[in-house]
Amino acid sequence: MSEFNLTTESPLGIFKSFCEEGKLAYQVTPSGQAVFYPRIVAPVTGETLSWNISKGEGTVYSTSVIYLKGVEPYNIALIDLDEGFRMMSRVEEMPPEQVSIGLRVKLKISKDAEGRALPVFVKGDST
Amino acid sequence: MMALKRASVAIVGAAESDLGLCAPGTSPIDLMVQATLRALSDSGLKISDIDGIFSASTQTRYTTLALKEYLGIEPAYHDNSHIGGSSFMTHVAHAMMALEQGLCKVALITYGSTQRSVSRAAASPREYNPYETPYSPFLPAAAYAMAAARHMHQYGTKREHLAQVAVSAREWALKNPVAWEKSPLSLEDALSAKMVSYPLTVRDCCLVSDGGGAILLTLSERARDLRKKPVYVLGVGEALSHLNISNMPDLTVTAAKRSGPLAFKMAQLGVKDVDVALLYDAFSINTLLFLEDLGFCPKGEGGRFVEGGRISPGGSCPVNTNGGGLSYCHPGMYGLMLLIEATRQIRGECGERQISKCEVALAHGNGGVLSSQATVVLGAQA
Repeated sequence: MSEFNLTTESPLGIFKSFCEEGKLAYQVTPSGQAVFYPRIVAPVTGETLSWNISKGEGTVYSTSVIYLKGVEPYNIALIDLDEGFRMMSRVEEMPPEQVSIGLRVKLKISKDAEGRALPVFVKGDST
Repeated sequence: MMALKRASVAIVGAAESDLGLCAPGTSPIDLMVQATLRALSDSGLKISDIDGIFSASTQTRYTTLALKEYLGIEPAYHDNSHIGGSSFMTHVAHAMMALEQGLCKVALITYGSTQRSVSRAAASPREYNPYETPYSPFLPAAAYAMAAARHMHQYGTKREHLAQVAVSAREWALKNPVAWEKSPLSLEDALSAKMVSYPLTVRDCCLVSDGGGAILLTLSERARDLRKKPVYVLGVGEALSHLNISNMPDLTVTAAKRSGPLAFKMAQLGVKDVDVALLYDAFSINTLLFLEDLGFCPKGEGGRFVEGGRISPGGSCPVNTNGGGLSYCHPGMYGLMLLIEATRQIRGECGERQISKCEVALAHGNGGVLSSQATVVLGAQA
């Protein structure tokens, strides 16, 4: 892939298009290092990045339950994907206080408040 | 670049503005100017002596311009550097450079916020991050909560340890007449308080205060001719880590691990020389992380270190003698308040909460979501 043309595409735009297809995309450097969030070039080296699709399997790195007035308590988490990158997300479909560090999780494409695809996680198969 | 010189400059004036909750219509600049006038009075200098302005704010973006306009001065040097709550420690380093280079002669560092009056959302709106905001992460609290959860997981730190930080801060606050919190807090109170973002309760989270402060710096030669005993800047260290919590490499190790040694090296001192530590406690976990990363105890031992009131009044390691962001005042960005307390401890002006024989004070600032760390070592002797 050549240099990014920001008049026709953006890293976020590409990431979101993959999400709409049900895919969690991340980038890799020529030497295979995973990069997230999506950027126009690799940090440090400035090398060109290529896109990969994650298998969507990972581990909870840290987690919290947020208690706000008038809202059901909900989870927020940092997920370490098996490909070697970390992202913020939520673990859903289980009580938020039962989400624990080290829990294996798998990707589920949910919807945000505006109905757009949003990558979240649910309890995965233990390894 | 030439390295900064140990003790080349000194803090010659320090003051808080009115704190807590301000009258409707009070502006952040009103608070900055009030604190500035008090700091000038403390030092014996006057408005027209100020020729360097250093400030940062989330409420008034062009802070130095606003100050220039309000005070009607013509600054020879100005710096609006903004790395969150530790900006003011960075301003000490930048003011030191400007003073050493003769770019200005009297440097003012000031801050003010009306976030309690106008709400945090209005005073400090968060930037939209497409990779975090859609999950409604309730920042900054949830970022610190996840650091705490990780620390508990890796090192066996308990909620009781976090609660002890809040209790120690409250004990100090009860000795500070201008602290917001006026009633005692027990471990049980802290543990049973309303949960905000697990494992942090409302007692693990800083106050939301109006308020501000100001300090004035000059070259040390000039400082000796002014009203108060100079408080020398012995060392400064700054380190940037990340902007967003999802990009912090290890949630249990902060960039204070880098800023601390830089400041100590310049000061030619070590952690054992510190008589009082002012650590940016926006959340209780911060105190544990900074005690570890600055070298007061080994990594992972912060929780056990604070057991039994070691950082409380009468303890062997006094921390946050003003009552901290948890119980004294937290006007959104808190770093300058730490520098003011450190200055007062060295001068011996702290009344009931004064540390005996306070020769060296450390003020450590944190910004963002453990994003920026900056350490200042102050001393009574050059």
